[in-house]
This record gives sequence, C-alpha cells and structure tokens, in this order.
Amino acid sequence: MELQLRGITKRFPGVLANDRIDLTVRSGEILGLLGENGAGKTTLMNILYGLYSADEGEIVIDGTVRHFSGPGDAIAAGIGMVHQHFMLVPVFTVTENVILGVEPTRGGGILDMENARRDVREISAKYGLEVDPDALIENTPVGVQQRVEIIKVLFRDAQVLVFDEPTAVLTPQEVEEFFGILRGLRDAGKAIVFITHKLKEVLTISDRINVLRRGRMVGERSPGSVDEATLAEMMVGRPVELVVQKGTAQPGDLVLEVDDLVVTDDRDHPQVRGLSLTARAGEIVGIAGVQGNGQTELVEALTGMRSPVSGTVRLMGEDVTGFSPRDIHRRGVAHVPEDRQHSGLVLGFTVAENLILDSYYAEPFSHGIRMDQSAIAEAGNRLVADYDVRTPSIDIPVSNLSGGNQQKVIVAREFSREVRLIIGSQPTRGLDVGSIEYIHERIVHQRDAGVAVVVVSTELDEVMALADRLLVMFAGRVVADLDPTTVTPADVGLYMAGATP
Amino acid sequence: MSTNDESPSVTPPESVEQEGSFFRDLTGVGANWRSAVLVPVLAVFSALIVAAIIIALTDIDALRLWGHDPGGAFSLTWHNISGAYSSLVVGSVGGLRAISETLVQATPLILAGLSVAVGFRAGLFNIGAQGQLLVGGMFALWVGFTVHAPVYVHLPLALLAGALGGAIWGGIPGLLRARTGAHEVITTIMLNFVALRLVDYYLKSSWFQAVGRDDPVSKSIDVSAQLPRVFGFLDRDDVRVHLGIVVALLAAWFVYWLLFKTTIGYEFRAVGLNPRGALYAGMSVTWLIVGVMAVAGALAGLAGADRVLGVLHRGSPGFAGTLGFDAITLALLGRSHPWGVVASGLLFGALRAGGQLMQVRTDISLDLILVIQALVVVFIAAPALVRAIYRVKTAREAERLTTGWST
Repeated sequence: MELQLRGITKRFPGVLANDRIDLTVRSGEILGLLGENGAGKTTLMNILYGLYSADEGEIVIDGTVRHFSGPGDAIAAGIGMVHQHFMLVPVFTVTENVILGVEPTRGGGILDMENARRDVREISAKYGLEVDPDALIENTPVGVQQRVEIIKVLFRDAQVLVFDEPTAVLTPQEVEEFFGILRGLRDAGKAIVFITHKLKEVLTISDRINVLRRGRMVGERSPGSVDEATLAEMMVGRPVELVVQKGTAQPGDLVLEVDDLVVTDDRDHPQVRGLSLTARAGEIVGIAGVQGNGQTELVEALTGMRSPVSGTVRLMGEDVTGFSPRDIHRRGVAHVPEDRQHSGLVLGFTVAENLILDSYYAEPFSHGIRMDQSAIAEAGNRLVADYDVRTPSIDIPVSNLSGGNQQKVIVAREFSREVRLIIGSQPTRGLDVGSIEYIHERIVHQRDAGVAVVVVSTELDEVMALADRLLVMFAGRVVADLDPTTVTPADVGLYMAGATP
Repeated sequence: MSTNDESPSVTPPESVEQEGSFFRDLTGVGANWRSAVLVPVLAVFSALIVAAIIIALTDIDALRLWGHDPGGAFSLTWHNISGAYSSLVVGSVGGLRAISETLVQATPLILAGLSVAVGFRAGLFNIGAQGQLLVGGMFALWVGFTVHAPVYVHLPLALLAGALGGAIWGGIPGLLRARTGAHEVITTIMLNFVALRLVDYYLKSSWFQAVGRDDPVSKSIDVSAQLPRVFGFLDRDDVRVHLGIVVALLAAWFVYWLLFKTTIGYEFRAVGLNPRGALYAGMSVTWLIVGVMAVAGALAGLAGADRVLGVLHRGSPGFAGTLGFDAITLALLGRSHPWGVVASGLLFGALRAGGQLMQVRTDISLDLILVIQALVVVFIAAPALVRAIYRVKTAREAERLTTGWST
C-alpha cells in the first residue's frame, strides 16, 4: 500500500498552516515527520484523518484519489491515528475500549464479548502488544494504555498508522519497548508515520525523515546521513544550541530546605512520602522521575498551592510550611507551573493581564483597589520586548499565542522580579527546540545571578543537561542524589523505575 | 514589542480550552466584541422571525382562509404580524408615556440582569436573583415604613437596605459553595423557595401587614422613601418613570468599573475564567466566591427595592414577578457585560411596555413577549445554530493568531 499526500494546502484565517505539502509513505517503512510545534504537523495529519478538509491538494491511496469527509472515511480507507492524549474510557476494560464504536454483535444487537476478547488476544499476540483484555484502563500503566490505543487502531484494520508525539508520556525504558513495537508493526507490513519534535528519537527509529517548517516541507533526509544539529537547523531555520551552555555552579547559602515532607493528593492518598531535599543559591537542582511519582504534589506544597500533612519547608531559614501562595510568592519564589494553561495563565485574560497575574494587587499596578492601566501597559510592553514574546499586541487574549509564547509570558512574569528561588515544573513541556533553548538560557542566567533553581521534569535529557545536581524521585521519595556529569541515562532510568543499578 | 516580519507559522486550532468552555460560550464571557454584539443581535432577530411565524400559525381565521383564499389569508396574516410588531414599537417608544413605561419596566430588569452577569463573569450560575430580589425588597420595604426621615436620608437608606438584604441572601449560597462545595445552582434555587415563603409569612405578620387587612399586603412606605418621579413636574400620573432608572444606570457603571478597573474585578474574572489560575496567583478563591455572590445579591436586592420603592410603594406576594428569572435571560443576551445588560434590559422593557399596547390593539396575547424572550434564550444557548444560520465564523476559527519563534 502506498499513501500519498499531494500539494496539500490549508489556510486558517491569517495563517497558511500547510503550504503545498507532498508526502509519501509506503507499507513496511517508518516515516519520521519532524517539526516544531506549530509547524503544521498536526494540521496535516488532521487532514489525512478527515478532521479538516484541505483547501488544495489531494490524498492518493494506491493511485486512487480519495476524499475523506470525516474520520470514519479515513478509518475505512485503512488509516489509523494514535493521539498524543489517549482517548480511552478509564472505567472500561481493555477489550471494551478496543471495540468502542465498532462493537461486534451476535443477532439482536447483543454484544459478542467472547469474539472481541479473542480478537484482542490475537492482535496482541501477533504484534507483541502485551495486554490483559479484561484489565480496567484506570488500573493499567501509561505504557499499556498506549498499547491499547495501538490495538484499537489495528482492530479497525489500519494499514497506515499515525503516531502523534507518542513518546511524551513514556519512561526511557518504555520508549525502547515502544520502538520494538513500531519495528514489529513495520516488519508486518504496516506503513507508519511517527510525528515528533525529538531529534534523537526520529534518528533512532525512522527509515526516512521529513522535516516541516512553518507549514512547508523543507526537506527529506535519511537517518544514516544526517545528524541532530543539521535536523535542528532544518526544523528551526537557523543553527540551534542543542546542549545547555553553562559554567560550573557556584553554590552559595541554603535557600530551600525540605525535611521529611508528606503531601497527599485530592483523594487523600499520600503522594509525597517523607521527602527531604535542599537547594542552594546559584545551583540548579534537577528532579527526574516518571510522571505520577509525587512531583506534582511536591511542587504544589513548595509553592503553597497544597498544604503538606507533615514535615517542614524552609525558605532562607524561615519555616514557611503551609503558607499561602501569595505569602510564598512575596518571599521571592517564582513558580513556573507544570501546566501553563491549567494554572499558570488565565487564557481568557490579555497578555498584559497575565503578565501581572501574581502582582496585580500591589504597586505600581494598583493603588488601593483601582488598577493602573498605564502602569500595566507599560510593564506589559517592556516585558514583551525583554522576553521576546511574539504577539501583535499586549491587549489580545493570551490564548491566541502559541505554546512557546505563552510559556514566555509566564517566564517573563516570574523571572522579571526579585527572586531567590525558582521552581520550574516541566518548564519546557510541549515547546519546540527554539523555545527550549531560550528558556534554558534564562534559567542558567538566573542561576548565575545567585538564584536557587529547582527543575522538575519527566524529560530525562532535559534535567540531565540542565541540572548541577540530579535527584531522582520515585514513589514520593528522593531515591538518588547524582552528579549529572558522571551518571549514565540508563542508570538514571533504573532509579526512575525504582530499581538500583 | 517584537515584530515578526516573516510569514507566520502555525498554531492549529487544537484544544487550548480551559474547563467550562460551554459555560463561557453560553454566557459570552471571554468572547470578542464582534461576536458579543453579533450573536445577541442575530438571536433577537431570529426570535422575532420565529415569533412572527407563531403569530401566523395561531390565527385560526387566517388559517381557515388559506384553503380557498390564499391571497386574503396572506394579507390577513401580514396584517396581524405587522399590527403586532408596530404596536410593540408604538407602545414602547411612541411618545413620552410609552418611553416612560419602557424605562419603568427596564429598571428592575437591568439591576437583576447585572446581578446574574456579575455571577457569570466569576463563573457562578446565580439562579437565585429571584430570592435575593424578594429579600432585598422586604428589607427596603421595612425601612420604608419603619424609619421616618427626610428623603435624602430615607431613600438612600431604603435602597441600601435592599442591597444589604440581597447581599445576605446571595452570600449564603456563596458561603455554602466556598465552604462545603454545595453547588450554587442548587442552593440558590432552593433559597428562592425559602425567600418566597418567608415573604408570604412576613407579609401576614404584624411587622409588615397593613393595619386592618387580612390579606398579605404590607403597610405603605413613607413618601420620603419613594423613588421620586423624573417628570413629576409635568403632573402627569401616567408618566411613571422614576429615579430608579438612574440608580440602574449608575449600578451598571459601577459594575463596569468594578469588573474592569479594579483589583476586585480582576480577581472575580480570574476566578471565573480559571479558578486554578486564581489560586496560583495567590487569590483567596473561597472568599472571592462569597464576595461575588454578595455583590450579585446586592444588585438583585436593589432590583427588589426598585419595585417597592419606585412602583408599588408597598409589598404584596407577587411584587417581584418573575424578574429574577428574566434576569438570567437578560444576562445571557447582554453577554454578561454591563452595557450589554443595559441594552437588553431596555429591549425587554420595551417589549413589555409595547406588549401591553399590542394586547389591547390586536388579539395577540401578552404571552407572545414571553415566547420571544424564551426564543432569544434558545438562540443564545445554541450559538452554533445562530452561526450556522447566518454563516458567522466562530471566534475560535476566525481568530487563531500565531507566531513563530525563530528569526
């Protein structure tokens, strides 16, 4: 089977999302589709999947032009999509999720679960996708959920499988397993499109690499004849610094001391279980760990958004355990939150309003309860310029900005005042190479200015590159305190999985 | 500010919605001004068209005629519709008395609509304007006949009492929501019933009941507590417009100022758009919810005060009518913006004033006004429908702005 996209063009008002894109993928190969966020990868795949219709161009399968007016048509034509965010029903079993929408029935509309279960087992055995057909989704780990998504697609008899940023949620070990699955699918004759912005991964797994930039296809390379730096340059349009440039840390006084901290989640389950750590002025402490090992609750407790059950948090010697977010903020703590759209920004507010989100109540932005629009505008324009936020105006809703620029708004707000401690949770999640480079630069700059930095990230490469001291969090505790310059990613991966190398 | 001289790259319209996007679609919070004006205008227009069809379909005489005299049937139907709509216009803006009636009707609508709109802005669904209006009205009433003072003391005091009563009645569900998580939709609806029965009870108690009356009618308020008529000097009894309209417009200006020019409004709106963001920003979400509901209640309470101090001058069980529920329609139509609420309040006031003339001049019942009102809600609640009919692009499709990183 051969799938061709020919001259695909898609315009959104004011934006050319896809500009005459040609792309071909054949049975038995893995095509890496590389591009920054906003390069048009997702738009292109949504056109392929029938979610959008192209303004120009055509989709050709085995020489026949096809028109998709919805995902149903695309599925019928043998195209399957595994989305970045899984579309599973947590309280359903694996089998129930797989058959959702195409339920096999016996006569009279009665579900044929026996057959379904058998089919799931067959697919799972054929492609090495190990799952328990009767397990509830909510009880299965992320890696297994992804396998369920793949089985779903195969159950619908897909010949072309599109994976949208599939490794974002996986540990290094799970990524290896996942790549094994991809190779298996390829060898079984499936055509695979692997969408990513991660250079290493695209080089490891792809047979061919296509690079998108600003809606255009800028070139095709084969992984054997190209290196990361070249790909990054193609993707961004200029040479990019891939390693974090930083000198040796000069640790100073203790800024943050956490002792025997216990924090529970919303359901009163302990997520942080007796954690201790310290951070000094002028050093970056990286916290690595698989998502869901208490990082979220730890950061919330440190920033006042959640009250710890026991233990203490000290800032510059002062006990601030259980202080409100504002009290902690006032003591010079900057917080780049885990999910910028969930808590770091008010999307319906303008850029200017978001730039004062945690200092709106104080001079110079307000006098009493009256807000000073000119002071707000002045600060807004200054920060937008200083931090290179790409926006036509500070008076448009921040939701209209790209993810990278939204993150810059947060960084501008948090880094622009007098800070002693920066707590960054997944500070570059979902950002492109250019944005990541910029945010890293700013973090190192703050460190060199004598600020203590705690970076929590599930991207192992990122914490290893950024940290002066690397802590690994597992099951609510710090299980290792490592030197990032000497330890290997494989060893860190083992700590992350709760083992000892 | 930096400029981007290259062609923009792309952010596809993927989902970047914070939770409650249906709520915001419905209430118009966060909408750009173009759709905030266009959607209500088209909704009203559509409602009037459908109402015209209803007029056509409910006239038995005209329907009988269609069979053998389509021409006559058409002209009769046309006559009915144009008669109804022209008397709506004449009855609402055709002369001083008509305009005065429009304003009298619009005043409590605007005040109560502002109450609901403030709640919407803060992400709260205040269904309790009716109860807050009743309690506020009773407070104002009590001050109206108990206190005896010159007008410049008595009137403001009575208005304040109305606001206070409403604020208390609104603050209770706010407190329940903030402290226990009890949803304000449920608690405000229930408190409406409590307020309704309390009014019945107190109107028959010795505190309120007029001397010598058996039915639930209160003592009359002092003249010094009455909202003075604007055209009192004309000495015309039928020009009833009173100072309440000024109170309503001042309240609208106050709400605008509060919402968009103060830290309090900033906090209200932040909580409404993203409660977690508000927590992150160091706001006390708990007290904000109580504050929002108290402000909303105070505005509804003023609407109740307007009824007793401006029009009725005494209390009776139905003094609030269905104002508190009409207010929800109004806030939706006004896209939760103070000026939008004023505009829709004036429109609904006009429909009511005009509806009375329509009922007199034609055979069409005043209930048609309620039908129009209900249709407006349907069209507002289904913005997709309006957009589909008139091929208006959604804000999300039309306004995705993008930018690149690299230079």
